[in-house]
Amino acid sequence: MTPQEVRQAVSDIIADIAVDDDVTSINDATPLRDQLDLDSMDFLDIVMELKKRHKVEVPQEDYGQLASMDSCVEYLTPKFQ
Amino acid sequence: MSQKYDTIVIGAGMSGLAAAIRLAMFGKKVCILEKHFLTGGLNSYYKRGKRKFDVGLHAMTNFVPRGTRGRPLTKLLKQLRIPWDALELSEQKSSLIQFPGQSLMFTNNFEVLREEVATKFPLQIDNFNRFVTYIEEYNEVALDNKTFMAKDVAKKFITDSQLLEMIFCPLLIYGSAWENDMDFSQFVIMFKSIYLEGFCRPSGGVRTILNLLLEKYEKVGGELRFKSEVTKIIHSNGKISGVELKDGTILECDKVISSMGNPETMAVTTGERPEPKVGPLSFCESIACLDKKPKDFGFDHTIVFYNEKDIYDYKKPNTLFDHSSAVACFPNNFQHDDGDTEGVARVTYMANYALWKELERKVYLENKNDLFEKSIETIKRIAPGFDANVLFKDVFTPTTIERYTGHFEGTVYGSTDKIRDGRTHIDGLYICGTDQGFLGIVGAMLSGISMANLHGLME
Repeated sequence: MTPQEVRQAVSDIIADIAVDDDVTSINDATPLRDQLDLDSMDFLDIVMELKKRHKVEVPQEDYGQLASMDSCVEYLTPKFQ
Repeated sequence: MSQKYDTIVIGAGMSGLAAAIRLAMFGKKVCILEKHFLTGGLNSYYKRGKRKFDVGLHAMTNFVPRGTRGRPLTKLLKQLRIPWDALELSEQKSSLIQFPGQSLMFTNNFEVLREEVATKFPLQIDNFNRFVTYIEEYNEVALDNKTFMAKDVAKKFITDSQLLEMIFCPLLIYGSAWENDMDFSQFVIMFKSIYLEGFCRPSGGVRTILNLLLEKYEKVGGELRFKSEVTKIIHSNGKISGVELKDGTILECDKVISSMGNPETMAVTTGERPEPKVGPLSFCESIACLDKKPKDFGFDHTIVFYNEKDIYDYKKPNTLFDHSSAVACFPNNFQHDDGDTEGVARVTYMANYALWKELERKVYLENKNDLFEKSIETIKRIAPGFDANVLFKDVFTPTTIERYTGHFEGTVYGSTDKIRDGRTHIDGLYICGTDQGFLGIVGAMLSGISMANLHGLME
C-alpha cells in the first residue's frame, strides 16, 4: 500500500468509529484527539479495527505512534507491506 | 464442538445487547440467551390493543447535545457506532421536586436548579456550589472505587436537612438499591446524569433504542435466542465451560457475561460462596391513558418527585405500597409530544414484594384497583387542575416485575452487593448490568460495553 492508501484505510476506520464527527477535514499534522471526539477507548477500537481489517498488529507500547494522521501513516505504512 | 461460543451473554436487555454488540463487532462468536420472547429486560415494552407502553423507562437520563465530548451518552453511542441523531431525542420541559411547603424545579440547564437553590435556600447556596464542584471533580466510574455512603459525604457540605432530602429524592428513586441512602459513586453517577446532564426521551420510547441495538447486533453478525432460559452455569475447577438451558440444551463457551443480576446469576452457578443480598426495594406503577393531555389541564412539568413528609422515606413500606411519596411522569410533556390524541400519566410508588406475593388472585386484583385509585388521587395533588377522564388503565406490581424480568423479589435496582469490575469467583464468569453498578438506560449500556471491553476484548 502507498502512504496515501494507508491514510485512506485509517481515515475509513476513524469515520466508522467517530460517527458524529466530520473526518474529511482532518489536519494530518495535529493530534487526532484535538480535532475529533476520540478517547483512549476509541484508540483501542482503531487498533482492533487495524487488526480485523488489515491484519496489522499494533503493540500497546506503540499506541503513541497513532497520535496524528501523519504519525499513523509513517508508522503503519511499513506494516501494511 | 460446533456450538462452542467465545462468549455467551445472558439477557437481551440494554446491558446484554450492548456487551454482545461490542464482542461481535470484533469478530467474537457471541450468543445472547434471553428467557423472554422480547428484548429489553427491565426496560421493555408491550402493547394493549392499539396502545403502546414502555416498561421502566420514564425518561432517559444523561442528555447532552450532539457532539458533546466525553460524556456517557456520546461515549456509548460512539462505542456502539450509533449516530446521535438516530435516537431522535426530545428533551424534558421541566421537572419538579415537591415537598411539603417547598419545591425545586430543574431542567436540562443546571443553572435553573442553582438559581432555585439560591432563591429558596439562600443560606445553603455556597455549600451547594462547593458540593457540586466536588461532585464534578469526582471520578465515579473508576472500577476500583470503594463503597461508602453518599449522605455522609453530602452532610459535610449541605447543612439544611430539607435541602439534602430534596436533592437525594430523585437520585434515590431513580437508582438506589439501598434504603434511604446510596453508594457515593452511584450518587455521583445519578447527580451528573440527572442534574448536570438531564432528562430526554427517544421518539417512540424505549423501542427506538432497542430496535437500534438489535439492528446493530444483527449487522455485526451476532446470534440471539429468545425463550432460552439459562438454568445452570457450568464450570469446573473454578473455570467456565458452558451453560445449560431449561430444555436441557448445553451450550459450550469460554466466557459468560451475565446481566441476570448478581444473586440471580449465583443461584444458577453452583458455588460455595454465600449468596449475594437481594435488594429490599421494589416498585409498583399505574399508567393512566387520559382523554386530555396534561397541558390541557394546565400542567407542564415532565416529571414530578412528590413527597408528603419532611424527610424522604426511601425504604420498603410495611404496606403493599406507600402513596405518601411518588414519581409521576407525563410523557406528553417532553419537547416533542409523539403521543397521538391521548394524554398519559404514570405514577410510581415504592412497594413491598412479599405482601403482594402472598395475595390470592382475587384480592390481588382488588388491590391493583385500589392502587390505581390512589394514583389518580396523587395526580390530583400534583396537578390540581386535573379534570381528565381515564380511557384506559394498567398497573404493574413487584410480582409483575419478577415474572417478566426474573429479578428476585421484583428488584429494579438490583442487589446491594455491586461488583464494579464484574469479576466473580468463577474464572470467565462476569456480571454486567445493574449489579455491576452503573445506572439507568445509559448506565446499563455503558456497563455492557465496559465489561465486554475489559473481559472480552482486552485480554
